[in-house]
Amino acid sequence: MSKTRYSAFKVLKEALTGHKGWEPTWRDAEPKADGYDVIIVGGGGHGLATAYYLAKNHGITNIAVLEKGWIGGGNVGRNTTIIRSNYLLPGNEPFYEFSMQLWENLEQDLNYNAMVSQRGIMNLIHSDAQRDAFIRRGNGMLFADAGCEYLEAKEVKERYPFLDMNNARFPIKAALAQPRGGTVRHDAVAWGYARGASDLGVDIIQNCEVTGFNIENGKCLGLQTTKGDIKAGRVGVCVAGSSGRVMAKAGIKLPIESHVLQAFVTEGLKPVMDNVITFGAGHFYCSQSDKGGLVFGGDIDGYNSYAQRGNLPVVEDVCSGGMAIMPMIGRARLLRMWGGLMDMSMDGSPFIDSTEIDELFFNGGWCYGGFKATPASGYCYAHLLATNSSHEVATAYKLDRFRRGAMIDEKGVGAQPNLH
Amino acid sequence: MIINHPLLGPRDSEEFVYLGSTDLIDRPTNWEEDASSEDFYQYQYIRDNIAGNHRELWYHEQGDQSWLVVTRNTITHEITNVELAQDVSRAMGRGK
Repeated sequence: MSKTRYSAFKVLKEALTGHKGWEPTWRDAEPKADGYDVIIVGGGGHGLATAYYLAKNHGITNIAVLEKGWIGGGNVGRNTTIIRSNYLLPGNEPFYEFSMQLWENLEQDLNYNAMVSQRGIMNLIHSDAQRDAFIRRGNGMLFADAGCEYLEAKEVKERYPFLDMNNARFPIKAALAQPRGGTVRHDAVAWGYARGASDLGVDIIQNCEVTGFNIENGKCLGLQTTKGDIKAGRVGVCVAGSSGRVMAKAGIKLPIESHVLQAFVTEGLKPVMDNVITFGAGHFYCSQSDKGGLVFGGDIDGYNSYAQRGNLPVVEDVCSGGMAIMPMIGRARLLRMWGGLMDMSMDGSPFIDSTEIDELFFNGGWCYGGFKATPASGYCYAHLLATNSSHEVATAYKLDRFRRGAMIDEKGVGAQPNLH
Repeated sequence: MIINHPLLGPRDSEEFVYLGSTDLIDRPTNWEEDASSEDFYQYQYIRDNIAGNHRELWYHEQGDQSWLVVTRNTITHEITNVELAQDVSRAMGRGK
């Protein structure tokens, strides 16, 4: 188990003593025979963050995190690493701003370098109607103390001369920026939370797939897994992307469809863009990684899928969006592309809630926005699992909100998951 | 993905618009009853979200504008059957 504090002094000391003092970052565990107070299903960013905050904030340390493969092998390792809190609606914006504040203090809290880089995010504006919508959004952000900046076309052009300002279909008229947005080294988020949780006594159990739920009289008593039955006082499912498959084992249907989203990275280039740029009208967004690759993505493929790979029409669509707004991208060669599974919910917003089965809780429906939510999702899910009540910034994320007509539909497209 | 249209033969899936599960054909008909709100809630918002063979509605927007019921494996993307939605709808005892 690692209790080592990372510091410049430690790096120097190890450099001078042959690097013999480094220990594994976190402890690989096997299931305990007498079970756990809380079992988290899913060792991704959200699951590991949940375990960490349960132990840290609520003093519950008899916890296991079960992961089918290896930790951080799902969406926390497949996203495009962007963090932002530029939402509009009251049910969402305070939650994402809370997440941003946790990001800002994440490395100090975890004593782990997650390379949180507040390099700024900029949403391009192409028409008067879009300008009105973004100004409204900007005001929503200001209400939540998230901060924002409105940039005229001249300023956008000065900062990013490579943008095609006079595109025939989508000329750039202005932009809404959030200077506090940015990127984070995504794998380090999983590893940092794993280390923090492990140090507080959490068992991280890999290669342990949940095959069923032991439910009696409407109460969840534990899990059936590929490593045998494990008793649990409380179970928190946290497997966005595979929520449909896992919750079906408990007989619960969800307001969610699983879809595939693709992401792309080019060969390493010299520094060319120092922020995140999004082109919502054509749906393309891009940032440059610290290794120099342009990391970009766009729309989901649009059909139900549990395959972690997509199809070529969306590749063409995303790349044509890139060519429309920053034609220089045509000179870069694509290095890798990959796909990940999205829980697409019926209003584009997530769930952190109890279920109709006692002691079984659900966290999912993150659509393609789960990465930025990782700290707040873990924090609020831990609050729910420990206290049986929603954290104040996550009260809107209820599973029954469609029955009550209380959807949180940022885009206003209705119950059509592939359009969110 | 290539969708083998029953009337037009193999067509690129890009010509189509995807709607979702074939369950969406089976819209509740009891809308005049108070109890129907629960049925409509289930119909509109709750999905089976199947991992495996999924029957789903595709609209041939850039073709003959017919609705098709495509049976496609959501894990492999393999398409095993394509029917006209109007035939499926009639077989379910509904109109076209």
